Amino acid sequence: MNHDFQTDWPSPYTRKRFALASVAAALIFVLLLLRLWQLQIISDDHYRILSEKNRTRYIPITAQRGRIFDRDGNLLADNRPAFDVAVLRQEVDNPEVLLERLSCLLSVDREELLKRWNTGKRLPQYRPIPLAWDVDRDMLEKILENGVDLPGVLMETRPVRSFPLGPLAPHLLGYLGEITDKDLSLPEFKGYRPGDVVGKAGLERKMEPVLCGVDGERRVEVDVKGKTMRILKTQDPQPGNTLTLTLQASLQQVAENAFNGQAGAAVVLDVHTGEILAITSQPTFDPAQFARGLTTKEWRELQTNPLKPLQNRAISGQYPPGSIFKIVTALAALKAGVATPNTSVFCEGSVTLGNHTFRCWKRGGHGTTNLHKALKESCDVWFYKVALDVGIDRIAAMARELGLGSALGLPMEMEKEGLIPDRAWKKKRYGTSWYRGETLNAAIGQGYILTTPLQLATMTAAIANGGTVFRPHIIKRIEYTLNETVENTEPEILHRASLPAPYLAAVRKGLEAVVNEPGGTAWASRLEQLPFAGKTGTAQVVKLRDQIKDEKLIPYRFRDHALFAAYAPAQNPEIAVAVVVEHGSHGSSAAAPIAKAIIAHYFGLDKPPVAPQPVAPQPVAPQPVAPQPVTPQPVAPQPVAPQPVAPQPVAPQPVAPQPVTSE
Amino acid sequence: MFDRRLLTHFDWSLVLLVLMIAGLGILNLVSVTSSWVSPAAPFSLKQLSWLGGGMVIVTIICAIDYRRLEHLAFFLYIANLVLLLLVLLVGRTSMGATRWLDLKFFNLQPSELMKIVIIIALAFFFSRRDQLLGYSFRELWAPFILLFLPALLIMKQPDLGTAMIVLMIGASMALFAGIRPATLAGLGLLASGAATGGWFLLHDYQKQRILTFLNPESDPLGSGYHIIQSKIAVGSGGFWGKGFMKGTQSQLSFLPERHTDFAFSVFAEEWGFVGCLILLALFLLLVICGLNISRHASTRFGMFLAFGVSAMLFFHIVINLGMVIGLLPVVGVPLPLFSYGGTSMITTMTGIGLLLNISMRRFKF
Repeated sequence: MNHDFQTDWPSPYTRKRFALASVAAALIFVLLLLRLWQLQIISDDHYRILSEKNRTRYIPITAQRGRIFDRDGNLLADNRPAFDVAVLRQEVDNPEVLLERLSCLLSVDREELLKRWNTGKRLPQYRPIPLAWDVDRDMLEKILENGVDLPGVLMETRPVRSFPLGPLAPHLLGYLGEITDKDLSLPEFKGYRPGDVVGKAGLERKMEPVLCGVDGERRVEVDVKGKTMRILKTQDPQPGNTLTLTLQASLQQVAENAFNGQAGAAVVLDVHTGEILAITSQPTFDPAQFARGLTTKEWRELQTNPLKPLQNRAISGQYPPGSIFKIVTALAALKAGVATPNTSVFCEGSVTLGNHTFRCWKRGGHGTTNLHKALKESCDVWFYKVALDVGIDRIAAMARELGLGSALGLPMEMEKEGLIPDRAWKKKRYGTSWYRGETLNAAIGQGYILTTPLQLATMTAAIANGGTVFRPHIIKRIEYTLNETVENTEPEILHRASLPAPYLAAVRKGLEAVVNEPGGTAWASRLEQLPFAGKTGTAQVVKLRDQIKDEKLIPYRFRDHALFAAYAPAQNPEIAVAVVVEHGSHGSSAAAPIAKAIIAHYFGLDKPPVAPQPVAPQPVAPQPVAPQPVTPQPVAPQPVAPQPVAPQPVAPQPVAPQPVTSE
Repeated sequence: MFDRRLLTHFDWSLVLLVLMIAGLGILNLVSVTSSWVSPAAPFSLKQLSWLGGGMVIVTIICAIDYRRLEHLAFFLYIANLVLLLLVLLVGRTSMGATRWLDLKFFNLQPSELMKIVIIIALAFFFSRRDQLLGYSFRELWAPFILLFLPALLIMKQPDLGTAMIVLMIGASMALFAGIRPATLAGLGLLASGAATGGWFLLHDYQKQRILTFLNPESDPLGSGYHIIQSKIAVGSGGFWGKGFMKGTQSQLSFLPERHTDFAFSVFAEEWGFVGCLILLALFLLLVICGLNISRHASTRFGMFLAFGVSAMLFFHIVINLGMVIGLLPVVGVPLPLFSYGGTSMITTMTGIGLLLNISMRRFKF
């Protein structure tokens, strides 16, 4: 190693390599720098957004649902805070121990809690796992007291429906439930996410956009484990809009009570506007159960009950109108000129057409009968004889003019159209021509004819007000919270039936006699103080076997349906009532008393008013509160509403079952 | 015995560079660990003590004339090779890799040691002859074996990162020594052939890392997670950075390994492009400084030794940064002086000590 260090060290050859190495190193550093430039300066925004997304989570705050009032300002559907117990899993070191403790406090099985814990683990990391829903006051306090021993346990508030007047008009109001996959695919539920709670039936469903409000959200910063580090921003939810219904709570209560456990439906209309004053379907259900969350057992019971408590018979129950339809036949005959009020017929108890005998309900016959007597005593023979001359098409036309045979456009699911048959319909439906015997059946409201209680009430209202068919409506007013505007529903005339006044007057006299003259079929249900008019109906069930889907042939099933349509007072009528009692046998004995009770209440003629009292004062749930850690902090939980309707011994199912309204 | 001239020739600027980089590293560590539940001794203090230990090593190394290593090179190499073999036989296994020898009071990582020893061994080999025309195939088989024996042993542990660093140090030293153009071309062909063949020898997780590197979004929660989160951290830093202790990616723990291999992403997130520019400049200066010491070394052995150390620093820096900013696959290579960790600190400081040693003895007389 003998080098001349002064001149030749290192060699020019080596120096060149040093230069190369330095330049190469510098170039590679420049390359690194260029990459940094690309990341930090060119794609800066892109990565900034990604880092924001990384650390921020949006937690929705459920909006208060719009409240629903009756026409007099009684609160029908409100919100109350429900307290859920949830656990932030990052803060739990030993789930076994925690679940054990909670199991004691909540009195829920350990296995059940474990199941909920495992189900909840599917939620995103930053969402607490719900373990108990809508716990009552006592449990709430127990958990608050034990906060120190329950790391990660939170109380979450969410608004749920409460019903200050108890289970009033549940079919009308409807209920809520978790959105189904099917609903999610519908355009009306655009923007909803799985797990959202939506209206499933009744007004809750049809008025969903009005009632739902706008959910708020809380933007929180989370760490990689999803633990919330701090709240960045809170967007308060916007409560839903307020609905005022045309319903009259006390009248509704009377109508519901009057059924006394029988299955059926009743509709009360204001004859001058079409406002629905009461609408009930029996048997009924308790909507508070739905608000709380149904147990599987409760849901199965509702589903398998042969009386189908979830079906809204007032709009989706289709019944042959029976003798009530004689009003239509009479008007059609008068209008067609084939009969006058004085047309007289001798009733021997039956008539024969070809080789078929058509009976009057009164085997002995009514003797000489004119229109007045025919309506009053509901003589079938008078109508058989007249009907042949009128013909089915003119009867059907009159029925349609009075609002039968088509849906009336209530904002509810499952409103049925009923059925008004004529020649064309039969040709189309069965491909055969119309038989004259079928006209006779139709004339007394049997055969193919089907009507809903709502249609019967609408028709009766038209008779009462001189022929104007109003579209029945339930929503009186919508108050929009956002811009504080009010939308009133104006009465809508569907059409005016052309009923020459003398004919109408003759029919109305007959209807008046039904109730107010001895021998009238509803004489037993008359109100001395307030004469009203009406028509009984009895619909045969046996002949309609093919309309009944459930073929359990129990005797109850064979009994006739009892119907009654009425308007009151007889002079200058104000309200129209239609009542159907399923398998009630006779309109006069089963349905008319219910209508009487309703009318009596409406005009203040019943004994001390049975105005329903609120079951419990329900303070409106305040703004949903941030989940509060369960520590003995001065921050008290939300003022708890005095425990609603009933204590809840049952733990609700995490997912509300999907109710189906149709049969 | 002690030559006062040695002190006057001491390269203080290199020490200053080292302290600046390590200082930034510790500052960064303070930010990373600020939200951590503190262990007995905070990470920043531990790192500081490693740095102190490193300075002691530097001092010891400087005291001994590096030229003595020339005679020890063969012995050191053999000893280290034995240690590597021992690792495979009785090494301590942690996280799927067997890299450590348990010496009771501390865990020795012979592969780290090999980074320095291979430099000494190759410097010894190349310094013996100045091949003006460049080395030919026939002359290269010895360094080839010197290099590949330890590289294979390390790869077997498995520790792809360290093996690659060892190979790259060797390759760059050979290149620096000079290779005949024809030989170079032949070696290039051989290397690409070996790379293709080597793919099949890789462990699944190693293949996965390379595949993930090519398309990190294919597995965002698995092996792609590191790259994606690191790129987000670096990119979201922008020009000025989010500010000290304000990097959400690191403070909220989205970044994995953020105090060790991915420390630079934290720095880039909080200090932005400006900070990166400064840190990169310091690192480049460090490498250039090393090359400069090599250039002015008084012996060929010193020259190769200093070059090897510079190469080691350079490859560590480039592979780590390349990985963090998504230019290279994820391999566990720490950023010298900057990442938390005693092993890396000791290896780096040993190298720095060698550089200072060579620098202060650049005048023979």
